[in-house]
Amino acid sequence: MKQRAMTVVNALAVFAALVLAWQIVLWIFHVPAFMLPSPKAVAQAVYRRLPTLLNAFVITGEEATGGLAASIVVGVVIALAFAQSRWVRKMFYPYTILLQTVPIIAIAPLILNWVGAGMPAVTLIAFIISLAPVIANTTKGLISVDENLVHLFLMHNASRAQLLFKLRLPHAVPDLFVGVRIASGIAVIGAITGELYAGSSRVGEGGIGYSILYAYSQLQTDYLFALVLAATVLGFSFFFAVMFLEWYFLHRWHESARVMEVQ
Amino acid sequence: MNADARTPEIEIARLTKRYGDGKPVVQSVDLQVRKSEFVSILGASGCGKSTILKLISGLAVPTSGTIRVEGMTPQDAREIISFIFQDATLLPWRTVTDNVGLGLELEGEPSSQREEKVKSLLDLVGLRNVARAYPRELSGGMKMRVSIARALATNPRLLLLDEPFAALDEMTRDRLNEEILRMRAEQSWTAVFVTHSVAEAVFLADRIVVLAANPGRIHAEFPVELPAPRTSAIRTSPEFDAIVARVSHALRETLHQ
Repeated sequence: MKQRAMTVVNALAVFAALVLAWQIVLWIFHVPAFMLPSPKAVAQAVYRRLPTLLNAFVITGEEATGGLAASIVVGVVIALAFAQSRWVRKMFYPYTILLQTVPIIAIAPLILNWVGAGMPAVTLIAFIISLAPVIANTTKGLISVDENLVHLFLMHNASRAQLLFKLRLPHAVPDLFVGVRIASGIAVIGAITGELYAGSSRVGEGGIGYSILYAYSQLQTDYLFALVLAATVLGFSFFFAVMFLEWYFLHRWHESARVMEVQ
Repeated sequence: MNADARTPEIEIARLTKRYGDGKPVVQSVDLQVRKSEFVSILGASGCGKSTILKLISGLAVPTSGTIRVEGMTPQDAREIISFIFQDATLLPWRTVTDNVGLGLELEGEPSSQREEKVKSLLDLVGLRNVARAYPRELSGGMKMRVSIARALATNPRLLLLDEPFAALDEMTRDRLNEEILRMRAEQSWTAVFVTHSVAEAVFLADRIVVLAANPGRIHAEFPVELPAPRTSAIRTSPEFDAIVARVSHALRETLHQ
C-alpha cells in the first residue's frame, strides 16, 4: 500500500516538473498563445468548455468501447474456428495479418463511403484495427494446451465441446487478455483516427478526433491541448479498466495478473 | 463385459510400435497382467516404456500386434482405466476440489453425487484442508496427490502410472509410494507403473519387467516376493536389497548390449 502511494507521489512529481518546464519555455521564448498556450490557459479551457469536452470524451469512449467489445466477441469466435483445425488456420490466418498491415488511414475513406459519417463508421474502424491482436493471441492460447491435458480429457472420453469449453477456452483466457490489452490501446487510437475522417454527422459536434480538427481550424490551441489531455485520459482509462478485469478474472490462479505494481 | 476371473486384466501379444519409417520403439512385446497385479516396468530412457502405457490406454495405436484390456480394445476400455502422468497435469484455473472431480464431470456424473465422492477422496489423500486452494498454492507432492485422487475418482479397475513421482524429492516420493500401496490394499485395482528407479519399482510391485532399448523389448522379468503389508521398514531388509541387486544387474546388462 505504501509502495503504491509512493508510485502515485512520484508520478505527480514528474507531472509537476513537466508543467513547470512548459511554463519556463514560455517565459524564456515568449511563444505566442496560438502556437503554445500556457498551462493556465489550458486549465481554463478545460474548465470553461467542460460540457463539450466531456461530450467529446464520451462519444470517443463509446466508439472505442463498441469497437473493442465487437473485436473481442468476433475475435474469440474466429479464434475458436481457427483452433478447430490446422487447415482452417493455414487458409485464413494470413488474412488476419493483412488486417494488421493495411493502414487504417487508407481504408477509412472507403468505410466512410459505405457506412456514412458518424459514430457507426468510427466504431467500425476501431473494431477493424483492434481485431488482429485478439485473434492472434486467443488462437495461440487455444492451441498451446499441454498435450498431457488433452490426453487426460481423451481418457475420460471427453467430447469435442468439452475439450473446447472446459480445456482450451479457459486455458486461452490469459492469452486473450494479452490480446485485449494491446487491442484496447489501438481501439482508442483507431476511434480518434477514424473521427479525423468520419467524425461527425453534425457540424461542430463530435468526438475527440473530430474536435481536434475543429479546434485546429479555429486556432483554439488551448482547447486543442485540452482535447489532447482528454485523449490521454481516455487511453489511460482503457488501460486500467482492462488491467482491472485481468486481475479480477485471473489473480486466483494465474501468475501474470499478480504483478500489478509498477516494476 | 466378458471378464471372468481367469481373463487377464491386460493381454499384450506381439506388440510393435514404429513411428514413421524409423526403427521400432517397441518390438514384439508379449505381456500379461493378472487382475489386481501391480507390475513395474523398468528401463533406460528410450526403451519405449512410456510408449507401452500410451498403447495400453489407446492414446497411441500399435503398428502391429494386439492389446486387450479385460477382453476389450484399449479405446473401449477407457471407462475402467485411469492414467497418472509424470506431471500432475492439473487445470490451474480449477480448485483442488474441481480438479479431483474433473473425470466424473466429463463422464456426466451429476454434481450432487460428485461432491460426496470428491470429499472422501480428498480425505483418502489427506488434502481436505486445501480443498478450495488453487494448484499454484500447492507443493509438488500435494499436486501429485490431487492427481492421484482425480485418477481414483472414476473407480478405475486399471491404473496406468507414467513415472508419476520422478520430479519429487526422495522423502515425498517414499511417502507417496507407501500411500499408493495403502490405497491399493483398500481398492484392489490393477496397476502398471513405469519408472526408472529400481528401489521404487521393487517396493511397489508384485512383478518387475525390465526393458532393453533399441528396439524396446522385454529383457527380463522378476517376481517380487516380499511379505504382505509392505511398510517403510521393508526398504532396509536384506530381502529387499537382494531383489534390488538382481534387478539392477539386469538393468545394467541392457546398457551393455
